[in-house]
Amino acid sequence: MQAHDLNQTSLNVVRMADSRPNYLPWGMALAVCAAAPFFIYPVFAMELMCFALFACAFNLLLGFGGLLSFGHACFFGGAAYLSGHALKVWGLTPELGILFATAGAAVLGLLIGLVAIRRQGIYFAMVTLALAQIVFFACLQLPMTGGEDGLQGIPKGRLLGLIDLSATVSIGGQQLPLALYFFVLAITFGGYWLIWRTVNSPFGVALKAIRENEARALSLGYRVDRYKLAAFVMSAALAGLAGATKALVVGLASLTDVSWHMSGEVVLMTLLGGMGTLLGPVVGAVTVVSLHHELSSLGSWVTVTIGSIFVLCVLAFRRGIVGEIAHRLKKTF
Amino acid sequence: MDIPLQAVLSQAMLGLNNGAFYALLSLGLAVIFGMLNVVNFAHGAFYMLGAFAALLGFDYLGRFLGDESLRMSFWAALILGPLIVGSIGVVVEKTMLQRLYKVDHLYGLLLTFGLALIFEGVFTNYFNVSGEPYNGKPEILEGAFDLGFMFFPKYRLFAIVLSLAVCFGVWYLIERTRLGSYLRAGTENPDVTRAFGIDVPMLRTLTYFLGVALAGLAGVVAAPIYSVSPKMGSDLIIIVFAVVVIGGMGSIMGAIVTGLALGLLEGVVKVFYPPLANTVIFIVMALVLLWRPAGLFGKEA
Repeated sequence: MQAHDLNQTSLNVVRMADSRPNYLPWGMALAVCAAAPFFIYPVFAMELMCFALFACAFNLLLGFGGLLSFGHACFFGGAAYLSGHALKVWGLTPELGILFATAGAAVLGLLIGLVAIRRQGIYFAMVTLALAQIVFFACLQLPMTGGEDGLQGIPKGRLLGLIDLSATVSIGGQQLPLALYFFVLAITFGGYWLIWRTVNSPFGVALKAIRENEARALSLGYRVDRYKLAAFVMSAALAGLAGATKALVVGLASLTDVSWHMSGEVVLMTLLGGMGTLLGPVVGAVTVVSLHHELSSLGSWVTVTIGSIFVLCVLAFRRGIVGEIAHRLKKTF
Repeated sequence: MDIPLQAVLSQAMLGLNNGAFYALLSLGLAVIFGMLNVVNFAHGAFYMLGAFAALLGFDYLGRFLGDESLRMSFWAALILGPLIVGSIGVVVEKTMLQRLYKVDHLYGLLLTFGLALIFEGVFTNYFNVSGEPYNGKPEILEGAFDLGFMFFPKYRLFAIVLSLAVCFGVWYLIERTRLGSYLRAGTENPDVTRAFGIDVPMLRTLTYFLGVALAGLAGVVAAPIYSVSPKMGSDLIIIVFAVVVIGGMGSIMGAIVTGLALGLLEGVVKVFYPPLANTVIFIVMALVLLWRPAGLFGKEA
């Protein structure tokens, strides 16, 4: 069984090196996203993109590295506070603010990662959860974070000092914030592209090997800990990028984004969409965020619904939406 | 710094009180993890259910049955609460957890996380998040003892003593009785244990019942001290996770000692530097991981 798996893996590696990237899906996705603000509420569309990027960043670690972090909200929400502070108090331009927050999330990822990768499996999940709580309480108690209220009224500023991101364009009687929208679109696609490249790089393949059989990867001479740490930092930085962008979009950094509920949500997005697939987290994020949006009038029944989906996914639907479709297609063809 | 010894000692006593709850909860987590390989994220929710069982039994049972005078006393809740919560646990184990023993252990964590959200969500819908007071504290436990440096509420002392007694009872059950030896054998090697004719699936159900009932008991005992609220468990469970990581999951005595010690530490830190009180346990966890990755009492797997 193991030997078979290994052959399969090496086969995939060969196949991967062989195939040239197909840019058609990219073009189609870009077209759909570019058209989206004319059909759905742009701020909602931007939020969807931020959460999709967050889930993809998380999936890089769980789906491809096999590490379940239960504290990823601290990078997402922590970076939201950092970018909020940079934009509001220091008056940085949006791209610098987001860059600063992403770097901050990477540093945080390095610190937390150094401690967390010392344990594996279930312990890893508990350790990341507990360490993320330190960040949560820091966001609650530090003087510059606004306590329970969060950081409000984060200005959008001018991109590169030139383009006013708060400007709207009037189309068909609607005021559309197109400058901001396309800025967010560029960030999301940039982040997703980076993840795609990483997964298909030698680094990504080594990561998958570690996920499948850590002892074997170690015996082949891979410095397993370094790979894990690198994946953790990268995942943290990209989660931070998503959080910083979200703070810019909604003009708010709040405790919700750093709380452990958010960490659980991103796990659900990835699980529901299909962990270890590139597209799964996007589908999961869109589903979960839309669900929140649709059910927001139901109060705490949303929590019950989210919990029930969790239970259902774990019991009966472990491949997730995209994973299940891919599995069916593979069986048919 | 000029902090009177009296303040330190009284906070230490309150910390010890919290520590007793940490011990009781981390003990249940450790027992479940040992046997089922499941990190029971719903442990906090079961603790909350225990507290609500006491509250509902005292304040609502009579109203529900149409006779206001009908109440479940605190002493009855002490027995019935854990039984009710444990039974819910049995249903969970039989219908859901049982299907997950063969797949990655992470799924157990995710399933119980989902269950925790469901329990929390349902209760948030019917009860105030800010909490309701439990009025059933028995009269005999009203008042306070004079400890010389402070007046310590009788009930809190009772809570500490009871928790410790239960902890040691569980320790005795697992380390010194025949049933305990079955449990330990099942933890060590389920297949061989089964070959000896011991019903391992039954043992697993029993273990989950026991662990969850301990959480329910902690909830009942906590009800008169803290206000009973749907969120009371979710904040606690993360601290208890950290306690378990610090102590190492392998050892029952480790879970008890670590729980008490960290509660004490938290209390003392509250006197010296209050903003750190919320996070000190997590910081200790990070330091312990850097120094001894397997935890203080754990064996490296």
